[in-house]
Order: sequence, then C-alpha cells, then structure tokens
Amino acid sequence: MSGIRKYHAPVWSEPVITEMGRAGRRGVLLPALDETVRSATGDAQSLIPPGMGRQTPPELPELSEPEVLHHYTRLSQQTLGMTSISLFGTCTMKYNPAVNELMAARPELADLHPYQHPETMQGVLEIIHGLDLILRELSGMDRFVFQAGGGADAAYLHACVTRAYHAARGELERRNEVITTIQAHPCNAATAAAAGFKVVTLMLEENGYPSVDALKAAVSDRTACLMINNPDDMGIYNPDIKEWIDIVHGVGGLCFYDHANFNGVMTKLRARELGFDACMFMLHKTFGAPKGGGGPAVGAYGCSEALAPFLPTPLVVEKDGAYDLDEDRPQSIGRVREFWGNVPQVVKAYAWARSMGAEGLAEASDISVLANNYMEKRLLAIRGVTRSNPTIDKRRLEMTRYSLETMQRETGVSVIDVQNRMVDFGIDAFWLSHEPWIVPEPFTPEAGEMYSKEDIDYWIDVLARISDEAYSTPELVISAPHNQAIHKLDSTALDDPDRWATTWRAYKRKVLSARG
Amino acid sequence: MAHPYMANSTPDVQSEMLAAVGADSIGELFEQIPEGHRLSRPLKLPQALSSEVALQRHLGELLSKNESCQETLSFLGAGCWQHHVPAACKEVVGRREWLTSVFGSPMSDHGRNQAWFEFCSQLGELVGMDLVGMPVYSWGCAAGHAIRLASRLNGRREVLVVRAIDPERLSVIRNYCETPEMASHIKVTLVDYEPDSGRLDLSDLARKLSANTAAAIYFEVPSYVGIIDGQAAEISRLAHAAGAEVIVGVDPISLGVLAGPADYGADIVVGSIQPLGVPMNCGGGCGGFIASRDEARYAREYPTFLVSITDTVEPGERGFGLTLFHQTSYGMREKGKDWTGNSTYLWTIAGAAYMAMMGPQGFRDIGELILRQAHFAASLLGGIPGVRIVFPSHFFKEFVVNFDGTGKTVDAIDKALRAEGIFGGKNLSREFPELGQSALYCVTEIHSRADLERLAAAVGKAVRA
Repeated sequence: MSGIRKYHAPVWSEPVITEMGRAGRRGVLLPALDETVRSATGDAQSLIPPGMGRQTPPELPELSEPEVLHHYTRLSQQTLGMTSISLFGTCTMKYNPAVNELMAARPELADLHPYQHPETMQGVLEIIHGLDLILRELSGMDRFVFQAGGGADAAYLHACVTRAYHAARGELERRNEVITTIQAHPCNAATAAAAGFKVVTLMLEENGYPSVDALKAAVSDRTACLMINNPDDMGIYNPDIKEWIDIVHGVGGLCFYDHANFNGVMTKLRARELGFDACMFMLHKTFGAPKGGGGPAVGAYGCSEALAPFLPTPLVVEKDGAYDLDEDRPQSIGRVREFWGNVPQVVKAYAWARSMGAEGLAEASDISVLANNYMEKRLLAIRGVTRSNPTIDKRRLEMTRYSLETMQRETGVSVIDVQNRMVDFGIDAFWLSHEPWIVPEPFTPEAGEMYSKEDIDYWIDVLARISDEAYSTPELVISAPHNQAIHKLDSTALDDPDRWATTWRAYKRKVLSARG
Repeated sequence: MAHPYMANSTPDVQSEMLAAVGADSIGELFEQIPEGHRLSRPLKLPQALSSEVALQRHLGELLSKNESCQETLSFLGAGCWQHHVPAACKEVVGRREWLTSVFGSPMSDHGRNQAWFEFCSQLGELVGMDLVGMPVYSWGCAAGHAIRLASRLNGRREVLVVRAIDPERLSVIRNYCETPEMASHIKVTLVDYEPDSGRLDLSDLARKLSANTAAAIYFEVPSYVGIIDGQAAEISRLAHAAGAEVIVGVDPISLGVLAGPADYGADIVVGSIQPLGVPMNCGGGCGGFIASRDEARYAREYPTFLVSITDTVEPGERGFGLTLFHQTSYGMREKGKDWTGNSTYLWTIAGAAYMAMMGPQGFRDIGELILRQAHFAASLLGGIPGVRIVFPSHFFKEFVVNFDGTGKTVDAIDKALRAEGIFGGKNLSREFPELGQSALYCVTEIHSRADLERLAAAVGKAVRA
C-alpha cells in the first residue's frame, strides 16, 4: 500500500468560451480580397437572394489566437483520459503510437480529397488494401470495408447487408427477426431495431451464456441473423458457439461476430472458421488508433464472399499492383456514410498492425489475458470485491466483470462512489457495465497490453485503499472526488427540461435569466 | 525482444504474473477456448516493422505516392471541402489528453466535456438553435437521424427530400429510412428542382405535400448544386401547413453571411462539421451535427449524446454532464432512439477552437470572400466558349459548370487539367444525366485570384485541345 502517488488535477476555473473575449479581437485573419475580384463581383450582399442574408451576427466570442490556445490547453489539462491509467473495459484500450499521428498528419493524407482520380491516390489505396488483407487473415473473411463510422455503425452496416441479402432472396418480409443476447453490446440490438428488425434477446443461464436449447426455441424461418460478442464482457467464452452458428444457418439466418472483445481471441481463432458470415473490428480501439473521446472511429466490417455483393461502395480493388475504386456493384446497399471512412484512422491501424506483426499481435493477446488473470487474483483479495458468475471457475479472457455489491451493502459506498474516488489518485473512471446491469454494482476493468505491471499494481493498490476507506471512513468516498478539477456534479438539472442546457444560449435563457 | 508498445513483453514480468496467477504458461489461461475452435496454423502476415525507422520509411514511401491538394490546385468539393485549417486548431486537437481520452467521469473529463459544450454552444449561435447534440458520423447520417426523429415525433412515415442532393448523402438517407419490405420503413420521396435556377420546384413540393402524409421535408442551403434558395421561408411555410417538420441541411461556414436556418423556419438543422477546422483527410474528416428547437419533445427523441451545463455540489462551480442518456441505445438497447456509439467527437475540439478564433467577423469575412471568389471563378469559366454555368446566380461556394458546348466530356477535361497540376470539379454526368457533361466546382478562401485565373486558362486550353 505504500506506493500511492500524490495527485491533483489542475484547477483553472476556466470560463465558458462564450463568456470570454472583447469586441474586435480576432484569432484568424483571412487573405485580403483582391481588388479585381471585388470590382468584378460588386456588393457581396447582392450575390445572396433577398431574405437569405444574415441580419444579426452570431454571438460568437471575439478572441485572439493565444487566448484560444491557452483556453483549450487548460481544458486539455483538466482531462485525465489515458494520460494516466485507464483500464476501461469493453473497449480494449491500446497505446496510440506517436509515429502514427505524425504520419497521418502529413499533407499526403490530410490534404487528400476522396474524389481525386485514383491515379493520384495510389499510396492511400494501397494502405487500405493492405489493412483489408491483414484483417482477412486475422478473421478468415473474404473482404473488408472501412466505411462504417464506428463499431455501432458497423453493426448497422451489417443490419443493412442482412436486409439486402434476404431481400435478394425474396425472404425479407418473413425474415424480420434478429437474435442477440442480453450480454451482447447494446448496439447489436439497437442497430437491428433501427434497420427494422424485431429483436429477440436471449438471457444468460448459470454457465454464463444462453443455452443451446434457448437458441433452438428462438430460431425459426423468421430468423434473419444472429448478432453476438464472444467472449462477452464478463470474459466468458461460449464453447457452444459453433453449434449456435449451425443452428442459425440451419434455419437460413446469418451470423455476425461483434469483435469488440477481440483481444481475448486475437490470433487464437478466426471468425470465418467458426462459421460466422461477417464480423466487425474497432480500429479506433483494438487496432491502436486513438479513441479520441468517442471518435473519429472506424468499424471495419468483413464478410464472406456470399455477402460481398451487398457491401457499401466504393471498394478498393487491386489489379497488377495498381489500385482503383469499384463503384459498379449493382447489389450494393450504397452508403452508410459518405466517402470511404475515417482514412487517417485506417492508416494508423495499418501502421499498428504492421509494427506488431503476427507475433506481436499474438503477444498482445497473451499479455492482455495474463494481465487480466493477474488482476483477478489480486482484486478478489480486496474486501468487498466479488466476481460475476462466481461458480464459473475457468480462467477468464481479457476482462472480468466484478461486483461491489458486498461493499455497498456493508458500507453504503456504491460503485459510482468508488469510481469517483479513484480519479483522486490519477486513475480514470473504470467502465461499469452495459445495460441492463445483470451484476449489481458492476465494474469491468480491462488491463490490455499497454499498461505495465507497475501501473496495474498501482490501480489495484488504489482500489484496495479505497476499500479500506469505505469500511473505515465511507463519507470520504461518498463525497469524492476531492482532487479533481471540479467537485461532483449536482445532476438534478440534467434531465429537467426547464434546466438542461446543451448550449450557452439555452443556459442564458433558462438558467442565468432565472437567477437574475 | 520487448516490443516498445508493450511494457509487459519482458519475460521476467510475465513470469512474475504467471507465478501470481498460479499457471505454468500463458497458453493455460486460454482454457475456455475449445481446441476445435483454434487456428491450427501460424498467421500469414507481412513481416513486422517493429522499429520506428522501418515503419516510418514504409509509411512514408506509401504516402508519397499520393498527390495532395497542397501540391495540386484543387476545385473538388461536393461534401468534403478544402478550407484553411488554422495551425492552432491542429495544435489543440493533437493534445494527447483528448486524443487518447476514453470516457471518464464528468469530473475527470471536465475539460473535454466543457470543450464539447463549447462546440455545441458556438454551433448553436451559428445555426440559431438552442439544442445541439454531439455529432454523428457524417452529414448524411445526421440527416438520416433527423428524419427518423421527425417521424417519431409525428408518427408519419414519409420524407420529402430535395432531388438536387449529394447522391452519397441520399444513399445514406435511404439506408436510414428504407427498405420498403420492413414494416418500419420511411418512404423517401424526391422533390424536383427547377432546371434553370436549381431551386426547389415549389409546385412539385405542393403536389407531394398535399396528402398530409409527410413526416418532414429535408432541403439544403446551400444545396448540393450550390444554390442559396431564396424560397426557403416559403418551403418551410408549406411544410408546416401540411404538419411536416422542416429539416434543413447547412454548410456552417456559410452562416456568417447567410441567415441562420431558424430564421426561415427550420425545426431541425443538420450539416457537416468538417469545414470547421478539420482537414479533408480523404473524406475521413467528415462528421455531422444535429440541432433543433430546445423543446422537450425534440430532446426526448435525440439518438445522440447531449452534454448539458449544470452545477456541482460546490456553490458557484459549473460542470458538464450527459442529459437524457437513458433514452440512447446504451440505456435502452433496441428500445432506444436509433443507436449511439463512438462517432467523431474529437473533431468537436477542433471545431470549438475554430469557431472561437473566427468569431462573428471571421465568419462574415470568410463568407464574403468565398461568395465573391466563387462568383469570380464562375464568371471566368462561363466566359470560355462552349462552357456554361448551369445555375448562374445565388450560389455560395460551389457551382455547376457544363461542357456540352465544347464537345468534350468532363473526364477529358479533368484529364487535361491533371496534366496541368489541377483537380477539376466533381463529375456530375453519371449521377445527374439531365445536366449533361457537367461538373461541380468548389472555390474557397484558400484560392487566390491567380489560382482562379490559372484554372480558367487551363480549362480554356483543355476545351480548345
């Protein structure tokens, strides 16, 4: 317990930017208008149809460049993120190599336009094709696309492909059900519903996953698809997955593997060989590209030859070492997003995969599973911590879901209180659980391969210390955080239509004016 | 050899952890995966480039095969635009704190949440709306979500969409609304445009609105073909009279000179965030915003994260938290509003810094500069024999150039321009065949008068060749 660091977040009491500035200040000057252009075009307002010109200027702040830089640098300092230790489970956080940022910022990438002639983009097309080949080898799928704007968008893309596949066979009106499990990521259920499918959710049984019998009872000639993670967020792998796929295929449905938890199986198995028709990887997490607080994200979507005709266009194709964009795909679903995806993130993921190689990828998976099991050993020795599905004694994969129910019952300290207290020690908030909470007071750390054993030990030491505090001075934990940029939110206003304010305009109107 | 990205790739650390776990080998830890599920052969991947020297050289060689719009004069737009990205935006957005941030608490992520709120606040000022959500994947995705939102509001299942729309964006909208086989589908009905002006055809709109069935009308200012439609208020009036929601798509960089959409009747506003300080990134810079009236009935249908300013337990202190989180798919799974996931939130940091540095005068200046330069370029091109500006008035930064009178195809013109180090506009001839051999040209603040004259000279040469 000795090595607990002193930590305190910077406190800047930084105003909201719309409160800052002085009339007349500028952060950007534009090129002077050329006199020839001015005289040739007359009055600028005359170029705008009547009634469409701006009457009152937008109430934006007026600031110099250094003021803006200072402000956002201070705000960045008040953001903990992965500058410290963040074992944010279900996301597989990775190191984001500095060299990749450097390369992706180069003008040969940043200043490319997606409608340039393919001849002028051979490098980026080669990289996209290169990552496609790497992901094919890792999954056994026949073709990848990177258009989806995130993991959930890849799930939506799959729902669209599923629609197109069954429509092409004249079966869509009947095949309107998607089967998933209560432990699958919510986006699987949500995207299927958004695409118009009815969602059938299977519950978990004692062994930590739904039974084969439950699946058999759920499938029928209405089944369009199965959408599923494996391992799930508890670190439990469904050993019957091949049989599941056979059952779904047996009634004519498709099977989609949401690889959100890929680290636990990376290089160990291939989705296609298990029988899946399609899968998804999150390049912004699993493949080392930054998460950016929620994107730019990429859902890399791969599928079998049978589904490939329905993929969104354009596809990058290679012929004799030259690369082109193929738009001529009559059965394509079209687009789920404009252009071909977050290309810089694709480049970063390619760079990461190339830097790792097959051995590095295997080792990353090994280390993440080893670190998780190491954590488990130490965490279960902490008072008030229990493991989900305690009867399952097999070793978990890259993450484990725990519970603080005992602590909460014995001390009144909730998992959210503990989360808030941990940030006082420079540890960013852990992930609790996707909804619904099957495990009470859940938390789900995921060590991954980036953090050192020393970091992981520190994380555990801090939790152990907070457990001691919970049992000795619970108020200290319940009133946390104490060392952050701000104190705990008073969240009563957040869901009140009279007080919520997502813009400064709304805040002025609803809150500030009421306060006088 | 230890890999530089993995602290625990040293054998002694692994031995320590294995000993603590009580396992003899790491392989044992994968006991849950049945033997028959395992890959039975080594993966065939290219040799690892584990040294930064080798990796950087490899990436550099590949990237140098691209010709960027920095070295080649470009007039491509069509939903991805070359605007100036201030260096300060790049510096701010590259800070590792935002770049690597995951999703902490409102206290540990206070700075980032404030920056998010500042993005939404400033965008709200530009579009004239009080409720702004965190951005989604793209403009088309924002339009798709807005249409679905409108349909949930009034229970109707049809949307009228202006036909002069980016085919990519329309394709995204169709994926969000259709297909007809599904019981929940929303029918997409296209409304024609006037062939001489590019404006929405009001009589076609009136015809298609008459049945009082449309959930919403969706149109854009400026439109895909560049036009600032002066009938915007009339379109809104007709839609409202038919009980439809008015959804307007805008280019936010135009809003220093163009009216905010709320002024001409928009209920929901969507658009691209890429012009606000994000490089084109080969199309990877895109992101879409959704804004609306700040009424509970709209807010309760948002599928996106909504970041609200609020108090902390310390008197006088402010923080930022998610409002109405539970209605997203994170909270409600398939019963949530559409779906939510990782999106394009990093770009909001660039956008917040961009809008703060521009200020009201910057937006006015850039709007006027673009307007004038675009019209100047159009007048130069329109003066070339056989070249015609299809919709000659009331456009913002993009305009349609027709080459039918030259006897040349757009592809042939583009090829000739490439030989001169110029990327011509986007070819429209396949997607809008009624426009003949036409291309959509884009002019912004990055172009100088000399650039525009160079373009005109090169086009003149190409049509004469």
